[in-house]
Parts: sequence; structure tokens; C-alpha cells
Amino acid sequence: MKLTTIFGTIATVAAIAFPAAAKDHTLLNVSYDPTRELYVEYNKVFTKYWKDKTGDTVIVQQSHGGAGKQARAVIDGLEADVVTLALAYDIDAIAERTGRIPANWQSRLPNNSAPYTSTIVFLVRKGNPKGIKDWDDLVKPGVSVITPNPKTSGGARWNFLAAWAYAKKQYGSDEKAKEFVTKLYKNVPVLDSGARGSTITFVQRGIGDVFLSWENEAFLALNELGAGKFEIVVPSLSILAEPPVTVVDKTAKKKGNLEVAQAYLEHLYSSEAQRIIAKHYYRPFKPEDADPADLKRFPKLELVTVDEEFGGWQKAQKTHFADGGTFDQIYKP
Amino acid sequence: MAGTISTLTHVAGHSRRRSIEDPRWLRWLLIGGALSFVALFLIMPLAVVFTEALRKGWSAYLAAFQEPDARAAIKLTLLVAVIAVPLNMVFGLAAAWAITKFDFRGKTVLTSLIDLPFAVSPVIAGLVYVLLFGAQGWWGPWLMEHDIKIIFAVPGIVLATVFVTFPFVARELIPLMQSQGKNEELAALTLGASGWQTFRRVTLPNIKWGLFYGVILCNARAMGEFGAVSVVSGHVRGLTNTVPLHVEILYNEYNIQASFAVASLLTVLALLTLVLKAFVEWRHQKSVQKADAVETRQFASK
Repeated sequence: MKLTTIFGTIATVAAIAFPAAAKDHTLLNVSYDPTRELYVEYNKVFTKYWKDKTGDTVIVQQSHGGAGKQARAVIDGLEADVVTLALAYDIDAIAERTGRIPANWQSRLPNNSAPYTSTIVFLVRKGNPKGIKDWDDLVKPGVSVITPNPKTSGGARWNFLAAWAYAKKQYGSDEKAKEFVTKLYKNVPVLDSGARGSTITFVQRGIGDVFLSWENEAFLALNELGAGKFEIVVPSLSILAEPPVTVVDKTAKKKGNLEVAQAYLEHLYSSEAQRIIAKHYYRPFKPEDADPADLKRFPKLELVTVDEEFGGWQKAQKTHFADGGTFDQIYKP
Repeated sequence: MAGTISTLTHVAGHSRRRSIEDPRWLRWLLIGGALSFVALFLIMPLAVVFTEALRKGWSAYLAAFQEPDARAAIKLTLLVAVIAVPLNMVFGLAAAWAITKFDFRGKTVLTSLIDLPFAVSPVIAGLVYVLLFGAQGWWGPWLMEHDIKIIFAVPGIVLATVFVTFPFVARELIPLMQSQGKNEELAALTLGASGWQTFRRVTLPNIKWGLFYGVILCNARAMGEFGAVSVVSGHVRGLTNTVPLHVEILYNEYNIQASFAVASLLTVLALLTLVLKAFVEWRHQKSVQKADAVETRQFASK
């Protein structure tokens, strides 16, 4: 009798806390760290677009974290309808380990499934007290560099590869590049697990002289967090970061969301979405749709790609970030 | 002669006093040190939480709780506590009763097992559940086939919380019940009471304040747990975020004021726990005194 009352209470509380979903769609977008503000705005736009088009209500739920960590959660069973991660390898890992995404996922949407691109720049404190101008200045003794952990963060892997690409071009060989990167990571006092954690470390806690940052994250810090407290330094060479998006087919199908999930990603290429993308400091795939004033903010610099420089993400991951890879060899805290 | 003696004793007394009491500067240093330690590590953080939370005024403070994601987080935290605390209360009571009132093989093993969640890092606790119930885990594929969601959903969060808060009630009761011994229960049994009657009329009244205190502690931890829950949650806003996880998200979104506002909720919970603890101790003291008084009176009337 007592026991049934207890279970009854629990059931009631559960019913209050989680009202049964109507026929509307609830989409889960598992994303990486710095896209929080972008998707808050895009989700509103998409919800309205879908309502106008089909009459259905769609609620988009978000989960953010370091890209590697997020991919791990999807592999372990987090039921994402779409993943919008920092780099292709993490989506490859999901495809490979779970079979929920077809192997050719990257060819399903334009521009290698990257509706926006970005790059890696330096964020320094006002007046640039350490006089940082290019990658060479990061390996000087006494310069403290903030970057997240390449094992868990996508942005951190782009940082690592950008430094490597620069050193290889400058000094001529992979050995020299390895030496350069080793010196660079000697100057890193703390490795956060995601890009957002590193931004907080640099901006809020005031640790470090230079922050290797996603371009969009650097602009966010510059314009919205500490107006007048930071400066962006554009290095002579950086990497073209392509954060890709894809539908997790099997999960979306199971949840009856396949159609809306596909539309959610396709709509990222629409002109209204491209405009929002540029507004949030991502480089839009179709610059002609963006506000020219937004475009003017992006500096011009030499960008290398992972495919040309490192033979694609699979190879780069294996060489540099897998267990026993270059990063494990060079990083000894 | 007498004068000499008195001088002697005087000198002796003086030096004894000096040897017992530390010099004034040392006393001040120790007291000052202890007080500034308390101020620095206990009172300052509390003050910081509330000043940061109220930095933008009352309306901003309240707005932090109006947000749908914050409400969902509070609801989820309450739900988790409502399930986890009664479970651990029943378990803790049963375990403490078995351990203190009966002798059986493997008693020490059981006692150590109860302490396991204290010894294991909460992150490991969370990971264990991911390895068991995750899609790549032992039972993951079967669960997936049958469309049962445990990890990255409410059941996983409840499981992790139950694990972490497992020892609180039992740990509170075992020493208390051990010190009370079995005599009263034996007397009740001799007088013909059934096991259930003995438990309800003799054991339970003796331990009710200890039990209450254990439940409060268990509840405080269940609502405040971060590590284990973080691993199994999946961090879906409005769905699998508890209050502590929501605090982290707000902080990471540069919403510092709102993050401290929500954090102040947990702080209030902590303060409330302390007040209840003081109350329980006071009641317990009173009931002990009353029992003593009754005994003395009975003794005197004899």
C-alpha cells in the first residue's frame, strides 16, 4: 500500500516534469563548443521557417562541449539527430564506430558539408605587451600560450596543425616542425577540454599572453566580452578550418525526424542562415548572401587546408593525435 | 618563614600558569589565524556567490530562474532527489540495522562496500555506467534494440546519483546504532514483540534524529552532485541538465550573473542543510537530557 503510494508519487512527479511530447518534432543538435550563440539564433530562424513551410512545430535542443568529447557521447548513445562538429574526423569516428552515419556523409552537402568555415588567429591583451606578431613569437621563453587539449577539442587540433604547417613552411621539414611545436606546447600552462573553457581561462581568469583561438571565438571575446581589453593578431599563415555538419541517419529515422533533420542542415546554406553565420563571425560559404559590413571584419591571410598539407583528417589524426602520436610524444607537462 | 613559603608557592604558581598558558602573542596569532582562515575559505566564497548573483539587481536575479532551461534543470534536480533519497533511506536503514543488530558472515565486507562510493571518484562512477549501459557498453546494444534509454537520459542520472549518495544514511546510522547496542531490542523480543514491532517501536524512535540528519545530507549531495552526473548526462539543455550542470553552462556562456544566481540556489540549500543539522542536534540533545532526567527521577523515587 505504502509502496504503491510512493511509486504513484514518483510517476506523478515524472509526469509533471516531462509532459508527453505532442506530435511535434524535437531535434537534438550535438555541437562543439563555440557555436552556442550561432545556433541559439539559427534555431529560432529554422523553427519559424519549418512552421511556415509545413505547419509543424520543431524544437531544437542543443548540447555543446569539446568536439572529441561530444563525438564520444554520440558513440556511447547520445541520440543526436544532427551533429555539427569542429572537424570531419570526429564525424568519421561516429560513422565508423556506430554505423549510424554512412561513410560517404561528407559528400552529401555542398562544400564538404561545411556551411561555414573559420580559421585560427591569435588573441592578445590590449596593446600587445609581449609584441606578438607571428607564430615565431609564441615559442619565445616567457610567453604564455593558451590553447585547449587536442585530445578532446576540435579547435585545439586545428591550432596544432596550423602551427605545424607554419613551421614546416618556414623551416623546411617535419622534424623542424615537430621541434617548433614542442617548444610551443612548453609555453602552454593549462589545457582546457574545450575551446570555450580556454576562452574563459584567457578572458575571465586573465591567464596567458596569447590565446590560439577560433576566429569567431576571438571576435566574440573582442566585441562582446571585454571591449577594449583585447586585440586580434593575424599570423602570416593559418589553416582553413571546415567544421562539417551531418544527419545521424539511423537515429533521426528512428525518432521520425529524418526529413526535418535534413531540412535543418540544408537550410544552413540558405541566404538568411548565411547572413546569421557571418554575423556570428563565421566565414559564410556564400559570402554574397552575407552583410558586406560583416564580411569586412574577416582579415585576408594565407590559408592552408588539411587535405593539401596533411593528406586529410584520417591521416592527420593518426599521425598527430592518436595514442602515441606526435602530440603524445611532444607534450609532457 | 611563612612569608618565604608563600613567596615560593606564589612563584611556583606563576610559573605553572605560564607553562600552561601560551604567551599572549601566540594566542592572538593562533586565534587570528583560525578566524581569517574561516573568513577566507568559508565566508568569502558565500559572500561572493551572493554579491555576484545580485550584481545586476533583483529583477535580473529572478529572471535567471524564469528561463525555461533553468526551470527544467530545477525540475530535473528535484525529480532525481525525490527518487534517489527515499531509495537510499530505505537501503541505508536496512543496511545499518543488519550490520549493528545482527552477526553474520561477510559483515565487514558489507561495511566496506557501503563506503565504496566515498572512496571512488564520482567521475569513475559515471564512466562505469557509460561502460555498462552506453551504446558501445556491455548491455548497450540490447537496450538500444528494446529502445530503453538509460545513459544520457533521466534513468542514468538517477543511477549515478543513487550510487554517489549511497553511503550517507547508513554511515550516519551505523555508529549511532552501534553505541545504542542491542539490549533494548532484546528486551522487546523477550517481552514478546514481533520483529516489525521491535523495529517500529524501539529501534526507529531511538534513531529518528540520526536518520533525519542522514537524509538531509543525502539530499544535499543528491541535488549538488556534479562529476558523476556530468559524465552520464549528455548535457542536453532543458532535458538532461541538472542545476549544477546548468550553472556550468551559464558560466561558459559568459552569463556570469545568471550562473551565480542559480548557484545561489544550491548555496541556500547548503545553508538550509546546516540549519536543519543544528536543529537536529539540538533536538537530539534535548531528548537525551529528558531521558536522563526520567532515569534520575526513577532512581530518586526508589
